Amino acid sequence: MTAAPEKTGPADAPPPGREPETIKAIPVRHYGRWVSAVVVLVLLGLLVNAFANAKVNYHAIPDYLFNSNVLTGLGKTVLISVLAMLLGLVLGIVLAVMRLSKNPVTSSVSWAYIWFFRGTPVYVQLLLWFNLALIFPEINLGFIYRDYTSSFMTPFMAALLGLGLNEAAYMSEIVRAGIQSVDEGQTEASHALGMSQGRTLRRIVLPQAMRVIVPPTGNEFINMLKTSSLAASAAQYLELLRSTSDIGQTTGATVEMLFLAATWYLILTSVFSVGQFYLERYYARGSLRSLPLTPWQKVRANLAMIGQRSKEGVRA
Amino acid sequence: MNAMVKAEGVHKSFGAAHILKGIDLEVAQGEVFCLIGPSGSGKSTFLRCINHLEKINAGRLYVDGELVGYRQKGDKLYELKDSEVARNRRDIGMVFQRFNLFPHMTALANVMEAPIQVKGESKASAKERAVKLLDRVGLADKAGNYPSQLSGGQQQRVAIARALAMEPKLMLFDEPTSALDPELVGDVLDVMRGLAEDGMTMIVVTHEMGFAREVGDALVFMDDGVVVESGHPREVLTNPRHDRTKSFLSKVL
Ligand SMILES: Nc1ncnc2c1ncn2[C@@H]1O[C@H](COP(=O)(O)OP(=O)(O)OP(=O)(O)O)[C@@H](O)[C@H]1O
Ligand SMILES: [Mg+2]
Repeated sequence: MTAAPEKTGPADAPPPGREPETIKAIPVRHYGRWVSAVVVLVLLGLLVNAFANAKVNYHAIPDYLFNSNVLTGLGKTVLISVLAMLLGLVLGIVLAVMRLSKNPVTSSVSWAYIWFFRGTPVYVQLLLWFNLALIFPEINLGFIYRDYTSSFMTPFMAALLGLGLNEAAYMSEIVRAGIQSVDEGQTEASHALGMSQGRTLRRIVLPQAMRVIVPPTGNEFINMLKTSSLAASAAQYLELLRSTSDIGQTTGATVEMLFLAATWYLILTSVFSVGQFYLERYYARGSLRSLPLTPWQKVRANLAMIGQRSKEGVRA
Repeated sequence: MNAMVKAEGVHKSFGAAHILKGIDLEVAQGEVFCLIGPSGSGKSTFLRCINHLEKINAGRLYVDGELVGYRQKGDKLYELKDSEVARNRRDIGMVFQRFNLFPHMTALANVMEAPIQVKGESKASAKERAVKLLDRVGLADKAGNYPSQLSGGQQQRVAIARALAMEPKLMLFDEPTSALDPELVGDVLDVMRGLAEDGMTMIVVTHEMGFAREVGDALVFMDDGVVVESGHPREVLTNPRHDRTKSFLSKVL
């Protein structure tokens, strides 16, 4: 840390001896702010009171927070969300590149894919994947793979395909916007150096596009964590919400278990928001003159400042 | 054949707009070749044709004796594959008006990128050369800076080092100093002067008449897609023969 430069007055500061008189005025009173703060606090108090007196057995929530069935469901929620998101991201990049290509066949195929998967509810898509065996009893990919659809299309596979392929449609639009946000001069400079189309995309364009891609992708991922709960009823995938509601049904603590599920979803989304902050920071390198401080760096900077002040206090 | 670049009746159109209308010129090995002309006359377009960033519509363009973008077999022309075009571009460095450094990489990484990615050079040897090149353009102490942490003149010098890292036999400069504050122009021109002294073949689109007069070996005045006048820079700049050259020079000098 460098010391702050000595403050010096402007060249045309008044001559010493005749100090300018400091203004002592009565500040404007913001009565409106006080009133609105009080109103909001009262309403909040009423809400808390209502829930405190509601017929909820709050003790059941911590009791089941780390229940093994709940934790299994939680793991499955995270697993399916991460895998479906990865599938969506990779396929989304492919679709975006296809959409931007000069080849009319690939770009219209990509357009049609997006049109279909964005245009139908993800719940319907999950149901369709899960029930695929009804129309194709057998999956036959020639020499590569051949099996009965019913044994291939497990709840896990149905959830992965349903959520991932749907996500790809959304991700491809996000990736396309990111790629298009990169200045054309970048591609030109890269080509002029003799870099191929593919390398230019991987090394030059995509890393810069990430700045535009990451924030909405974080949104998509948080959405995915929650949307994955549809996979329970559509495809019998036993994720967090299903495992908690099962407990709710057997113990009679229905609402308590919903609260518990909500708690876990909040924890998950909070943790991933922190991850997103660091990811955004990573891809901001070069585009900002100085990177924003991480929370940890902020704490240290504040501690350092307090230390400095207390030292000065001792000296004074 | 000692012409590094040879253009024979080069034409280029964008849709209905006819931009280059038959350019003929020859750039000898080791020559500093200056290209001047009013805005919109097609200088950048011609430069971009030389490394096939634009396809020409008619005529022939040769770099170091080889046809740009095509292969001739008998009397038929075959378009080169993307990989072959990329291969030919390795030997031609290009410096842009707006620098076009890669903003997500440090100055050093910008210079190392192409040798590693394109030539498959090892990281260590690419780095060694990149450090030397940054030193040569006077930026040894800025290796770790991102482009956004450099002044325009520094960015342009990194861009020159980046192009030199591929050890090109020809350098194309498209108004390398016109986006710079006047006091930063000198540093960039100094680097270019040093390159010229080392015998690099350079085609320079510029409005810096002082540079053209002092360093240039040949100069071409282009207007409306044709070469109006050419000759030795001192000759053309002091005694322009053509009226269009005279009126252009009276505006920029
Ligand atoms: N990709 C393109 N599509 C359509 N028109 C283009 C394209 N590139 C250039 N042009 C047109 O070609 C003409 C010549 O452009 P060019 O950039 O070569 O001029 P220039 O001589 O470099 O001018 P300046 O000194 O302003 O850079 C301009 O009228 C421009 O509008
Ligand atoms: Mg130009």
